[in-house]
Amino acid sequence: MIITLIDIALLTFMGATAIAILRLRSLFAVVMLSGIYSLLAASMFVALDAVDVAFTEAAVGAGISTVLMIAVLALTGERERAPGHSRWLPMAVVVLTGAALIYATFDMPAFGDANAPANLHVAPRYLNESFAEVGLPNVVTSVLASYRGYDTLGEVTVIFTAAVAVMLLIGGRKGDDAGIKNEPADDDADSNDGEGTA
Amino acid sequence: MRHHRVLRIISKLLIPFIMLFALYVQFHGDFGPGGGFQAGVIMASAFILYGLIFGLENARKVAPPAVVTKLVAAGLLLYAGTGYMGLFKGANYLDYDVLSKDPVAGQHLGILIIEFGVGTTVAASMITIFFLFAGRDR
Repeated sequence: MIITLIDIALLTFMGATAIAILRLRSLFAVVMLSGIYSLLAASMFVALDAVDVAFTEAAVGAGISTVLMIAVLALTGERERAPGHSRWLPMAVVVLTGAALIYATFDMPAFGDANAPANLHVAPRYLNESFAEVGLPNVVTSVLASYRGYDTLGEVTVIFTAAVAVMLLIGGRKGDDAGIKNEPADDDADSNDGEGTA
Repeated sequence: MRHHRVLRIISKLLIPFIMLFALYVQFHGDFGPGGGFQAGVIMASAFILYGLIFGLENARKVAPPAVVTKLVAAGLLLYAGTGYMGLFKGANYLDYDVLSKDPVAGQHLGILIIEFGVGTTVAASMITIFFLFAGRDR
């Protein structure tokens, strides 16, 4: 009962935050509200007993993302221009997609259903055997780091790729320019010398 | 931020505890909630807070970009290399059972190492991205 009330309150706050984000034109306020939205989502994950996910959402969504977005605001400016086109087409797309997603949830097993396919496949093995096989009290860590080690390796590769992409896009431009300007000059000098002796 | 005395003093007090908490989350992730991802982000937030309060130049002195950039790759290589350790010892890739005589101890060791790799890459990536965004002129 209390959990239901908490869920309703959190969802109401999340809805209100999302609508406020849509309507506001001050990007600074939007960044702050999206941080609050992440914090509400993290609280929702705690209510769902997914503490590891909640931890990540609070640290990444509410923490680092907000700081990075503010750093971007310092480069772009703090006000969003009013859209020049009609808003009805995007609104219709969003409403239709949302309705389809909600319709799809009717086919999903109930939350926490013991007979749901996800709880019958490998989950019993993880829950029953992981302490004997891996020996960690936190099953989430056993699954992430050992049983699903490949997936986690892929996730780390994604983060590595993101950092490399940012470096390539906006990093080290001064050094590159200097390198490009210096190298052809050296090459020209070398080839001129070569021609001179030939 | 030079004249915000409250912010400077409070963040000076907080930064060691943020780092300590990151290490706790890193190495306690097998017993409680947490792990490399969360620990990396928390560790990076300590450096980012330092950069916000004391300026980017000082933050670059504390965490030299040349070193941080190499750590981005080092963490991933540590993870992937641990996987190869399993191959060299005659088991499957990323099988930690063979890292020690006792399979459970091997699992424990493997998870500790790869989580450290995850934390290193995540922290270094976040610090790198922050440096690049914050250091860019308009």
